[in-house]
Amino acid sequence: MKKFKNLWIHIILILISLLSIFPFIWLISTSLKGNAENIFAYPPQIIPSDFTLANYTGVWDKVNFIGYFVNSMIVAGGTVLLNLILSAMAGYPLARMEFRGKKVTFFAILATIMIPFQAIMLPVYLITLKLNLVDSVNNLAGYIGLIMPFAVSAFGIFLMRQAFLTIPKEMEEAAIVDGCNVFQVFWKVLLPMVKPSLAVLAIFTFIGSWGEFLWSSIVLTKEAMYTLPVGVNNLQGMFSSNWRFIAAGSILSTIPILIFFLAMQKYFISGENEGAVKG
Amino acid sequence: MLKYYGKYAPYLFILPAAAVLIVFFFIPFFQTFFLSFLDYSNNIYSPAFAGLNNYTALFKNPVFYKVLWNTFIYLFVAVPILAVFPLFLAVLINQKIRGVTLYKILIYLPVIVSIVVAAIAFKWLYADQGILNYLVTGLGFKPIGWLTDPKYSLYSVIIVTIWKGIGYYMIIYLAALMSVPNELYEACDIDGAGFFRKHLTVTVPHIMPTIALVTTISAISAMKVFAEIYVMTKGGPLNYSKTIVYYIYERAFENLDLGFASAMAVVLLVIVMIFSLINILCFERNKYQI
Repeated sequence: MKKFKNLWIHIILILISLLSIFPFIWLISTSLKGNAENIFAYPPQIIPSDFTLANYTGVWDKVNFIGYFVNSMIVAGGTVLLNLILSAMAGYPLARMEFRGKKVTFFAILATIMIPFQAIMLPVYLITLKLNLVDSVNNLAGYIGLIMPFAVSAFGIFLMRQAFLTIPKEMEEAAIVDGCNVFQVFWKVLLPMVKPSLAVLAIFTFIGSWGEFLWSSIVLTKEAMYTLPVGVNNLQGMFSSNWRFIAAGSILSTIPILIFFLAMQKYFISGENEGAVKG
Repeated sequence: MLKYYGKYAPYLFILPAAAVLIVFFFIPFFQTFFLSFLDYSNNIYSPAFAGLNNYTALFKNPVFYKVLWNTFIYLFVAVPILAVFPLFLAVLINQKIRGVTLYKILIYLPVIVSIVVAAIAFKWLYADQGILNYLVTGLGFKPIGWLTDPKYSLYSVIIVTIWKGIGYYMIIYLAALMSVPNELYEACDIDGAGFFRKHLTVTVPHIMPTIALVTTISAISAMKVFAEIYVMTKGGPLNYSKTIVYYIYERAFENLDLGFASAMAVVLLVIVMIFSLINILCFERNKYQI
């Protein structure tokens, strides 16, 4: 009886797992089909009969994937770094210090959770233009403009504040007795103790930044500055109906994040970090 | 505790984050309201004061109601499915069975893949002579214009959003399920309750706060959809799959009608802030305790 019940559970879960990955499987299948094979054939063939890697080499030659990848790395890396530093710095006094205006600061930060970027993106764009943080000025300005609106988030600040709250007070007291000043307490004593939270913040910020599309497609003007999502979207225009190339390019662009996910999977699927995700 | 920090230290630590939030959140927030009272149509560099004209134009515009309606359809279709189906999956995965990690990875995969790639993958499934129409014609129906038929385009896009969200909410539910005491299930087993009755009477009441949380987060993210629509339909055919954020984008960055777009953004702000307030006050209060 027990065995039988588990069988049904497995059947359902296998079906759902297949539905989850099928769109990618079909994309991979199309990307591996040569010109001699009709990609619109009925019935559809999952296993290519005219197997080829030519679509991959073809799209690789025409599209600057390395460039997109480097741009995405710079933007995601910069966003992660700033989020770690700014969130930890802001979370520390909110958790460990008493000061005038603490409540106001706390609720002001909380209020930003309620403001969707999509509703304020137009003035954010105008400000970014005014600050000359666009790629038409120079590449560095372009990168900074891509990063700054996401350089810190209320989620990050609250995550770090929560982490600092759990550290026993004796840690700071011992450090003070040893002659540390406030910056040394923060940098040498407290920060090493919140490494797990920093890791969680880094990983989820990275994923969010890596997939970011709306802001990048608004501010980017130069093809050389495209991040992966913008570059992949652009494949549709470049190869209009050449689905073999579009499919190969989409799959190529997914490989880095897939490796990252598989390496870090326990952070995503353990369920301990819910709430740190999705800004 | 001894006060080891100077008078200004707390402010120094908060300053960098505060600067970013002020420049990229608070100023734009107030500016959105300000812009919504300006008229950019004559001169984009020196707008004229427009009073409430943008709002009257908005409320007279049939596209506004279409877009609002589409966004609410998005909500009414996506939110219930995303609140219920991932819970069902989480309960299944939470049974003591083999291969749990593999199932979790596969079901979570759509969450981490770029929405642009996901939308392209579905566009390919939805192609006129694509694999989905092969199934449809195989069942004896006429092929469907998944993304080109006004009757279907919005729902075709909603399916992508749902497909991409299931793994995310499943993991949230799995975390919540860990807190349900095992004794309750054992009591059910003794009573001889079946699978569905057991979970309706024990699981669901126990994790009600998480169900409510998932409902509000998925509602907030449904209000914000953009990339799926941009990549797959551009809001078309006509305005049949256009939602609020896409419309703001179009009016602001394609038509350069900044005043009108800002009035629209204010509407979005009000709706999302109501959802967020409900979320913070009712479900995530303990997380934001000062």
